[in-house]
Formats: sequence, C-alpha cells, structure tokens
Amino acid sequence: MRDDAGPHEPHAARRRWMAVLARADAGDIATLLERHAKLPRYTRLRGPEAGLVMVRGRTGGGGAPFNLGEMTVTRCSVRTEAGQIGHAYVAGRDSRQAELAAVVDAMLQDPAQTFELHAKVIEPLADKQRAHRTDIAAKAAATKVQFFAMRNMRT
Amino acid sequence: MSATTLQPGFADPVAGAQACFRAVLDAMARPGRIHEAGIGLEPPAPLAPATAAVLLTLLDYDTPAWLDPAAHAARDWIAFHCGAPIVTDAAACGFGVALSLPPLGSLPAGTHEAPETAATLVLQVTALGRGRRFRLAGPGLLVPAILAVDGLPDTFAAAWQENYALFPRGIDIVLCAGTSLAALPRSVSVQEA
Repeated sequence: MRDDAGPHEPHAARRRWMAVLARADAGDIATLLERHAKLPRYTRLRGPEAGLVMVRGRTGGGGAPFNLGEMTVTRCSVRTEAGQIGHAYVAGRDSRQAELAAVVDAMLQDPAQTFELHAKVIEPLADKQRAHRTDIAAKAAATKVQFFAMRNMRT
Repeated sequence: MSATTLQPGFADPVAGAQACFRAVLDAMARPGRIHEAGIGLEPPAPLAPATAAVLLTLLDYDTPAWLDPAAHAARDWIAFHCGAPIVTDAAACGFGVALSLPPLGSLPAGTHEAPETAATLVLQVTALGRGRRFRLAGPGLLVPAILAVDGLPDTFAAAWQENYALFPRGIDIVLCAGTSLAALPRSVSVQEA
C-alpha cells in the first residue's frame, strides 16, 4: 500500500482507499461518516449483490495458474447526485459495507472533498486496521519458539 | 466510463431478467406476437427500454456483442451491466445490437454442424404494431400471422428470405420498440402483406 501516485500507477491513491474501505467494518464507516461528512443522495447502479469469485494462484508464485477456490464477494456501484461513480468489491456478504464503501469511493473522487474525507474517514480506518494487524502480529510473535537445543545439536 | 450516461439496470435483476426472458421465449415460440418488456427501465440513449431489457437478459461475459455505430453511445452501459466483450467485427459476434438493419449476411449464421452458433440480432425499430405489414408463416403459427413493423427498409422481406433459405443455419432477430418486442426466428418465412 503506497500513498504516492507515480506515473505507472495513476490510480494508486484510489486503489489504497478502496482497499481500506474493503477491509473496514460497515459500522465503523457509518460512524465516521456521520461524524464528519454528509452522505450525498445517490442512485444504485448495480447491487449490492453477493456472488462467488474464483481465486486463482500460480504454482510456486510464478508458474502455471490454478484455481485456488471460490470466495464470497459483495459488490456495489453507485452514482452520486454530483455524477461521481463509486465502486466497491468487498469480501463476505455485508451488503451495507459494500454500499457504504461505494458511496465513499464516489465521494472521494470529488476533488472538493477528497482531502478532508481522506483525513477524517480513510486514515482513521487505516490506523485501526494497522493496529489490528500489529496486535495479531504481536500475539503471534509471543508464541514463537526458538529451538535452541536443536540448533545447538546441529552446529 | 462517462459519469453522466451510466444508468441503473433492472431494479430487481433476477425478476426483471426472468420476466424478459419469458417474453423473448414466448416471442420466439409465436412469431409475430408482440410482448411487453423493459417497463420501468431507464436505459441510456439511444436504447429503448425493451432493447435494454433484452440486452440485460441475454448478454453476459460469454457472448461477444457487436454494436452498430448508432448504438455506440450505449457501449459503456452494456459493458458495465452485461459484462459482454464488445467486438468490432460483426462476423465474430454472438449478439448484434442495431438501430437500423445491417446486412444480414454480415452476422454469423452458424454452421451445419453447429447451427446454434449463429448470432441473434437485437434490432431496435421505430414501432411495432403499425407501419409496414409482413405475413409470417412457419413453426409456431397454425395460420399465417401479420406483424406490422415501422422502421424496417423496403428490402427487408427479400433479405430475410435469403436468411430463411439457410435453415437450419441463419440468424434470429428480436425486434424491439419502446416497451414492446417481437421475434423473427430463422424458421419463419416473411412476406410483405
């Protein structure tokens, strides 16, 4: 996840906020929006609808593609009154999250709102997700076992 | 993707597509009968509600679609809602979308081994139920039916008879106007009445 929008990644910023929204909880998005922004009137273009997406991988990371399995994905596309179109694809079946994420994606494309929304909605969500990841990593790290005995025997 | 032209599809995708599929099925089974489709749909210009409903119902990522130049304004809408790949070569399409009659020979008519690979032409006309009258005869019709279509060229009956002569190959046409549709399956013979 990078903030800088280089010439090779014209949508890096949008990609980042969509990723954050896709991982965020519907309740969290709603709370932050309520506090900091006014929801625009919008039309649902498609969905929210749940479906299955085939997740594909590559053997050994770069070999032949294979189907790993299907996952449930909910998608939604909306158009705000101002004409911005927002999309969201989120894992799971939470249609409220998909719809809110699509609306926020549309709002973030309005240059007048981008900066403020980014600071007051996306960043807090990203911080929360980062804290959660760090927390899990810390818990996992605490269970790490150093096999001193085995290492000593082998060397 | 143009922000101003993108309109929603069916309000209820499942029920909407099922109702329209039924209309197309009945229209194919009884050529010349006019059915309603796409009521309540707000498609982008230049598509009529019935045309849009047929596209939403029949097209998906497996069906390459060819659009005649007049229908290109709706390209984004079709790509977004149907997910169909848009092809520029009419001979490679599964569905043709046209606002005026293209040369029927330009669309794939299938092969004798696989006649089901022929294209279906979704043709938007000015009106159904008035205009030039055609006498239809063939499977599904106990007695010849009369279908009036406004917006087909003088040469249509002759062009269609060429397509009819290819049976079991040949293309099928779904005629759409406003919120009504009728179908001309390849098995039906069309004469000016």
